Amino acid sequence: MNVVTQFVPASLRRPPSGVADSSAHTDYLVRIVGLEKIYRTKDGNDIHALQNINLDIQPAEFISIVGPSGCGKTTLLKILAGILKRSAGEVTMLGRSLSGPSRELGVVFQAPVLLPWRTVLQNVMVPVEVQKRDRAEFEARARKLIEKVGLSGFENKYPSELSGGMQQRVGICRALVHDPSFLLMDEPFGALDAMTRESMNEELQRIWSESRKTILLVTHSISEAVYLADRVVVMTPRPGRIVDIIPVDLPRPRHLGIQTTPEFGRFVADIRHHFTSAGTVTV
Amino acid sequence: MSADSKSLNRLAGNLLLSLTTFVIFIIGWEAAVRGLGISKIVLPPPSAVAIALWESLWQGELHWHLAVTIYEILAGFFVGSIGGLVLGFVIALSPPIERIFYPYVVAFQTIPKVAIAPIIVIWFGYGVASKVVITATIAFFPLLANTIIGLRSAPQDQMEMLVSYTASRWQVFRMVRLLQALPYIFVGLDVAIVLSVIGAIVGEFVGAKAGLGYLILQKNFNFDMAGTFAILIILSLIGVGLHWLIGIAQRRIVFWMDMAGERVIGA
Repeated sequence: MNVVTQFVPASLRRPPSGVADSSAHTDYLVRIVGLEKIYRTKDGNDIHALQNINLDIQPAEFISIVGPSGCGKTTLLKILAGILKRSAGEVTMLGRSLSGPSRELGVVFQAPVLLPWRTVLQNVMVPVEVQKRDRAEFEARARKLIEKVGLSGFENKYPSELSGGMQQRVGICRALVHDPSFLLMDEPFGALDAMTRESMNEELQRIWSESRKTILLVTHSISEAVYLADRVVVMTPRPGRIVDIIPVDLPRPRHLGIQTTPEFGRFVADIRHHFTSAGTVTV
Repeated sequence: MSADSKSLNRLAGNLLLSLTTFVIFIIGWEAAVRGLGISKIVLPPPSAVAIALWESLWQGELHWHLAVTIYEILAGFFVGSIGGLVLGFVIALSPPIERIFYPYVVAFQTIPKVAIAPIIVIWFGYGVASKVVITATIAFFPLLANTIIGLRSAPQDQMEMLVSYTASRWQVFRMVRLLQALPYIFVGLDVAIVLSVIGAIVGEFVGAKAGLGYLILQKNFNFDMAGTFAILIILSLIGVGLHWLIGIAQRRIVFWMDMAGERVIGA
């Protein structure tokens, strides 16, 4: 049933992204070609955070990026969010060369990053305020989102009155409130306990299937990556690069129970192989 | 509910304890002065201070001097702290200006204001103006330093979050940096208001025609030690009252700082 593409380098499975096909520009939402990021440390050494990253992201696709710490996955996400400059390479988003943050983007960060002087509703409305969108229209949307993630009745509470999981859900509402077509998520559930995390995963899958947004999820949990993604991008550190891109063709909607099936286990093993064989951290 | 009443009980207990200490101290003082026969012009007994305070409260003379000093304190505080705030914003928002001006500002700050008070009195006269200027120079620096640090204290992740939603530099300033600076600015205001009381009195000591500092000097010359003590009490009440007002404004405006939750046990 499942075509598990065993250990085949991404470059052999997919046409090389470097060769841009001008007729294919409608196929992808984001095209990353030869992306490099080099950090210069204080003692003058260069750190190759990202090396020759090539990736196409199709509209409405769910991509997970998985890898150990230091593999550059957060760097890649920050470059796509437009808050970090790239050292080399080209990133095209929605047909235009990426040059900064985009209104079509929603970002969920590792920490909830809520503003302590704003209530839950005011925090969710931050993108609407920043982008000067219609307040009345989007406030209704914000309230609906807050209700959807199970925070009804907390609209006028302050972040300090919420648990960590609730705060992260507020962060997700904020990323969705302006109805962006592309959602970037940087280990959004990393700080949550296992049970909250699983229910958040289910919720995210539901949000994705209802809204058909394009989602790029950065995670260090292999099972989370496989559970949610259409394709899992595997990265390894020093230098940060993509070592494999694995399509996950498990049927949707995926129930949490799918994680105990042998098919699921094969995907997980397939990904884990990259980290054990590379001699890096076993995740 | 029970936690609230518990902390209320503790507050009442603390209050009782400090009141008891105060009463014992006053009784001991009174007894010492009477028992040892200390001269009234060296150390007045608390009873004499209380009588002097009570009597001066009903004299028009005190009211006038009190009004002058409070005016000097508040005017100097406003001029100095607004100046510190404005320069703090300018410096925090433009590094070149900091490199050019900040060394001079620090150099000026290291000069004791008591030392330049006579110069200021010569320049601005024996009236209220020179006291306002002296007070302003003292109130200025706490605001300047705290505004600069406060505007730089905005967490990186909050600014990145706003920028990722296409916020402009001005929006980041208005929605994060300004609000993150407020707790620091209030610390500056609190320090400045207490220093302003000192500034006004120092100015009046150097040369004045009115004010509580002037009154203290006058009473000193007349060996009215009880009267001097009475004015010191009024001065400290002014300081405590102003500090208390700043505290109220702080809790209203920077309300989220008090919401951080329960205190860490042992911290």
